[in-house]
Amino acid sequence: MKVQEQAPIREPLVLGNPSLHDITARIASIVESKISMKYLMTVGFTGALAAWGLFALYYTITTGIGVWGLNNPVGWGWDITNFVFWIGIGHAGTLISAILFLFRQKWRTAINRSAEAMTIFAVICALTMVLSHTGRPWLFYWLLPYPNQMNMWVNFRSPLAWDVFAVNTYFTVSALFWFVGLIPDLATLRNYVKSDLARKIYGFLSLGWTGSTRHWHHYEIAYMILAGISTPLVLSVHSVVSFDFTVGIMPGWHTTIFPPYFVAGAIFSGFAMVMTLLVIAREVLDLKQFITLKHFDNMNKIMLATGMMVGYAYGMEFFIAWYSGNPYESWVFMNRLFGDYAWAYWTMVTCNVVSPQIFWFKKARRNVPLMFVISIFINIGMWFERFTIIATSLHHDFLPASWGYYSPTWVEISIFIGTFGVFLTLFLLFSKFVPVIAIAEIKGIMPGSQPSHHHEHDHAPHAAVTEGAH
Amino acid sequence: MSIPAGVIGEFKDVNVIMTAAQKINEAGYRKWDIHTPYPVHGLDKAMGIKRSIITYISFLGLCGGLSTALGLQWWTGAVDYPLNIGGKGLFDWQFSIPVDFELSILGTAIMTVVGLFGLCQLPTWYNRYQNDESFKKATDDTFVVTIDSDDDRYSAELTATFLRGLGAQNVHTVTA
Repeated sequence: MKVQEQAPIREPLVLGNPSLHDITARIASIVESKISMKYLMTVGFTGALAAWGLFALYYTITTGIGVWGLNNPVGWGWDITNFVFWIGIGHAGTLISAILFLFRQKWRTAINRSAEAMTIFAVICALTMVLSHTGRPWLFYWLLPYPNQMNMWVNFRSPLAWDVFAVNTYFTVSALFWFVGLIPDLATLRNYVKSDLARKIYGFLSLGWTGSTRHWHHYEIAYMILAGISTPLVLSVHSVVSFDFTVGIMPGWHTTIFPPYFVAGAIFSGFAMVMTLLVIAREVLDLKQFITLKHFDNMNKIMLATGMMVGYAYGMEFFIAWYSGNPYESWVFMNRLFGDYAWAYWTMVTCNVVSPQIFWFKKARRNVPLMFVISIFINIGMWFERFTIIATSLHHDFLPASWGYYSPTWVEISIFIGTFGVFLTLFLLFSKFVPVIAIAEIKGIMPGSQPSHHHEHDHAPHAAVTEGAH
Repeated sequence: MSIPAGVIGEFKDVNVIMTAAQKINEAGYRKWDIHTPYPVHGLDKAMGIKRSIITYISFLGLCGGLSTALGLQWWTGAVDYPLNIGGKGLFDWQFSIPVDFELSILGTAIMTVVGLFGLCQLPTWYNRYQNDESFKKATDDTFVVTIDSDDDRYSAELTATFLRGLGAQNVHTVTA
């Protein structure tokens, strides 16, 4: 405590020094306010995108994945690119909610709720992509080990089987973590909202939470455990996703750097997506009091760091391609630089490695329009990273006779746009009907909200001030 | 005739509630609670709450998940339908690690949440104080002490006086 008092005054995490009741009222007012025309039109627009994507998905499922641009040798295209892209985006949510929680980074409280929501919605999009790419998604249960009349089991020696376990675990754990975090805030809304229907719905969902200290005691340990297990989980999920590539013998895929490289890229892209969404949400929902420039500054620093890790991985891939002495490996990487897909490669490098360098400057890290543009660049760049890995490695494989080129059809493009529609629609619904800021957590980090000293030992002899009558 | 549910008192200051928690515990009350809008560090200790057993429940979940993963991969691969794929072993711990890990995490997470709900008796969509205005403030900005009428030391008059003496505001008896 002493050290903290002597340290230079820290920038406050919540501006305007609101009282605890002000915080409740401010967050609840988002839920309580009337649904505006602007909101309806935005949801209508994103809903239309989602509907268009779902139509393309319906067309794919009823006709077959032949309607996609995939060919021989490029058997994976936008489907798996989008899958890895969306799964990666989800990772920042878990990083913010779990890893920053374990490191006691108090600034996470303003952004963790929306980041976790984003995780869940992104994983839904990823699951859509990976299910549709199987071709016959109605047979999805073939992916699971279950007793069947064919007497067959899944092949646990295949990374694709590991992926099923990793992604499903990730979705389940993220959803549980999110819901557990929401319970106290839903109870706050239950006791605050005026509408009878809303009170009933929040009352039902908050499961009768009363804020009992006996419950908080269990709750805090449970939350800590969930954060603790989510941390290795998030690292494992993208490692397993990268195994889908590394275990294959394709030059450009078969490298040991992939797991850390994929995890760094996932965090990088996820933070960019959180940034994109929060810049908008902060303006539209007027959350400048809670999501301050300090939060953005910190996030930009993380993006700069992870962007450099990704840049290092790009460089190291080239070094190993040369150092390994494997002519196929070297050739594939030269082909990335100057081949058919060089445009995708250089887009990726520009967006991911060059553009975040501006964040070395504090002025840039606190410039909201600039960081919004950079975050969009990073989103684009990270999508191209996955596309580069998948398409450039596949389109010129071992047999020159089968070399080809791949471009998507309107169906794949529509499905990708549709996943954005689904993602944004879900996020809009979330931001209107669910507390976007973790109310209880914000209250707990307000100055003066925690006892100034613990009373465990000091007052023991004062037990005399008890009731006389008993 | 309404039955008394207990006595309720409001606190605003976090340091006062810390002292009050300790005093109520020392006075010998057992069926009582403090409802707070956010977890207050050290309040559980001041109330004399014993350490939660939820970690053991989580550990059971981890063991369950891990043994399921190992058993599933070994039995399906090496016992029920041995299949030679690329000369790889029918079961090896090395390739089983990703699924072992994921199912351990899944088991831990599910049992942690099940344990949390069990220990907090969630969902319970009824509380004897639920219609009290003071009680509703507990999820907003107030530390609300409740002492239940079925506590051995409860007495409508004296318990209320005791709470007032500790600095509680708006002390009143609630009937269910």
